[in-house]
Amino acid sequence: MALPTSSTEDSGAGRLLSWWRNPEIRGVFFQILTLLIVIWVGWTVADNTIQNLNRLNIASGYDFLEDTAGFSINFSLVDYSEESSYGRALLVGFLNTVLCAGLGIVLATVLGFIVGIARLSNNWIIARLATVYVEIIRNVPLLLQIFFWYIGVLRALPNPRDSLEPIPNVFLNSRGLIVPTPILQSGTGFVFAAFVLACVGSFFLWRWARLRQQQTGQQFPVFWTSMAMIVLLPLAVFFLAGSPVSLVLPELKGFNFATGSTLVPELVALVLALSIYTASFIAEIVRSGIQAVNWGQTEAASSLGLHRGQTLRLVIIPQAMRVIIPPLTNQYLNLTKNSSLAAAIAYPELVSVFAGVVLNQTGQAVEVLSIVIAIYLSLSIVTSVFMNWYNAKFALVER
Amino acid sequence: MKTKKLNLTLNLFAGAALAFVGLAMGATSSYAQDGSTLRAVKSKGFVQCGVSQGLPGFSNADDAGNWTGIDVDVCRAVAAAVFGDADAVKYTPLSAKERFTALQSGEIDVLSRNTTWTLQRDTGLGIVFTGVNYYDGQGFMVRKSLGVSNALELAGASVCTNTGTTTELNVADYFRANSMDYELVAFEKADEVVVAYDAGRCDVYTTDQSGLYAQRLKMTDPSEQVVLPEVISKEPLGPAVRIGDAQWANIVKWTLFAMLNAEELDITSRNIDAKSSSSDPAILRFVGKEGSFGENMGLPNDWAYHIVKQVGNYSESFERHVGPNTPLGISRGLNALWKDGGLQYAPPIR
Repeated sequence: MALPTSSTEDSGAGRLLSWWRNPEIRGVFFQILTLLIVIWVGWTVADNTIQNLNRLNIASGYDFLEDTAGFSINFSLVDYSEESSYGRALLVGFLNTVLCAGLGIVLATVLGFIVGIARLSNNWIIARLATVYVEIIRNVPLLLQIFFWYIGVLRALPNPRDSLEPIPNVFLNSRGLIVPTPILQSGTGFVFAAFVLACVGSFFLWRWARLRQQQTGQQFPVFWTSMAMIVLLPLAVFFLAGSPVSLVLPELKGFNFATGSTLVPELVALVLALSIYTASFIAEIVRSGIQAVNWGQTEAASSLGLHRGQTLRLVIIPQAMRVIIPPLTNQYLNLTKNSSLAAAIAYPELVSVFAGVVLNQTGQAVEVLSIVIAIYLSLSIVTSVFMNWYNAKFALVER
Repeated sequence: MKTKKLNLTLNLFAGAALAFVGLAMGATSSYAQDGSTLRAVKSKGFVQCGVSQGLPGFSNADDAGNWTGIDVDVCRAVAAAVFGDADAVKYTPLSAKERFTALQSGEIDVLSRNTTWTLQRDTGLGIVFTGVNYYDGQGFMVRKSLGVSNALELAGASVCTNTGTTTELNVADYFRANSMDYELVAFEKADEVVVAYDAGRCDVYTTDQSGLYAQRLKMTDPSEQVVLPEVISKEPLGPAVRIGDAQWANIVKWTLFAMLNAEELDITSRNIDAKSSSSDPAILRFVGKEGSFGENMGLPNDWAYHIVKQVGNYSESFERHVGPNTPLGISRGLNALWKDGGLQYAPPIR
């Protein structure tokens, strides 16, 4: 079929066709079309849900957050009792999620870096051990590992009447780790002030030492001086203020310790499983990051007289970080979301408390799940924003 | 190059949008209208029944995947009433927290999953309960070695249970009312509770007493476990259906009543054929030889005959799955007929 080429048709359909062939106009057209479809879909879904909820006579709205929860939670960072509201239960679940994710991220990062560097070790045994660790841990489903640590830890621990006492007044049994509860008295403010002062002092010491090294080439043991300052200064103030902390010792009464603070075994098992699992992925990321740095950099560092530790710390790692950070962010996000598996071992985090107990008691699935989705989304976005900022800081500055 | 990348993104967007449209279209008509459930059930040829993920005696699948239990018998009886075939049932195992959503969304036709009838569930979830097939109450199980004989001695104990039930509210009320401390450890599934309790995480396992008897069988040493005598709550367990379809609600309601009436009339799966030729008008109405009681519900007139012939009366179902001669060994107690001193009472078929 011949295409219309005569000049008369160019003015009508032909002009339309030529617009169509303009990639920019076409792009705008498709963007508007997509936007309209997305808005229509969103509106349809929302409208449909509201209509169906009304027809089914299902209560809706977020008023239930103020109702009394009536159930108990065994591990909470803030005050919570049966008289608290569902909103308070949400806060407890949220903080517990943040706690286990935060602890997991720190431990997974430390362990992951150690194993990742160990995989590149010249020592045959260390490198093979690290490989075995990575290959076993990352190939076993996380839920199984959580059960393994939970049941494994529980079976090994005695019942409260036969508690282990590894340190005086610290007890370990199948109800958890029970430690004395510190009660802060007047004067503790000075100790905290001393701690903050030591931290600020260390920062200025570090800046001064760096400046001096740049000008004179002389080095100063910043790390050890700072550590000494941060530990010794608050300690000195603590004793000068007359030890202003009293301890409530754990006391066995009936079934369990009635006083003292308890770290539940669920949290321990969850953090162990999450960090050990995620560390195996981080180890691979670290290894790939280090291997991405050209061998010439190591040779150049050696020729400047840096020893192996310095080469790693000052030359290799800063350059490897550019490769490491983006996939590392993914692992942090994964770890946070994986913490929702805790429902299986009764750790009262967001999904277990709010999308589990509260959802079932109120029956308001749409509202409860919308809140849970919003919280996970915000947590993930905050993590991403922070990691992107950190990444930008490490990015290669091109001159 | 840039335009090409843009177009690729656009294509992805359009694909995702289309997928969403499909979802939205598919999810339009899930609410129930009078008569719609029976029509839908008849056209697909089976009853979709929501059951538990495995509670011996109530709803439990064997190695071959066959479901048995008194909750399963309710589903089978509904299928017998509708199709004259008790096997025309498909089962959906549901966790405690999935169960209401599954019923609301139309994924299942009947929820028969040891579910407690409460005011909040009856009025706020878009579902209605159609009767009580087991009168239960929440109890406590402890190890014999603890030397506890009374629930009031449980101050300070760690209590294991599973989430998404009335259980954690009852236990909170009980301990608060008696000014006792406790630690609640709430798992998602009953199996996880059993493992953790068995591993020594808790002193006490609390759930409905029937559940305690059932889960005790899964412990390493069932004889070491003792169920305390206290019952701390009313737990009437029964089937539920979606709100808005009175016909279907009636079918499920009267299916259970038929099983109870059969026991009261002394009709069993073995003697129903002989009894059908008796002259007792109550029996003749029951088997559909007099009146047109089935038709009013949109069922054949011999609906109750098929229920008893294929599933049995309430007593047969109870004795087969949870009674004294089963591993659960539960006596009739509250679940005896009203004339034997229990609570089970069905309105008459007339």
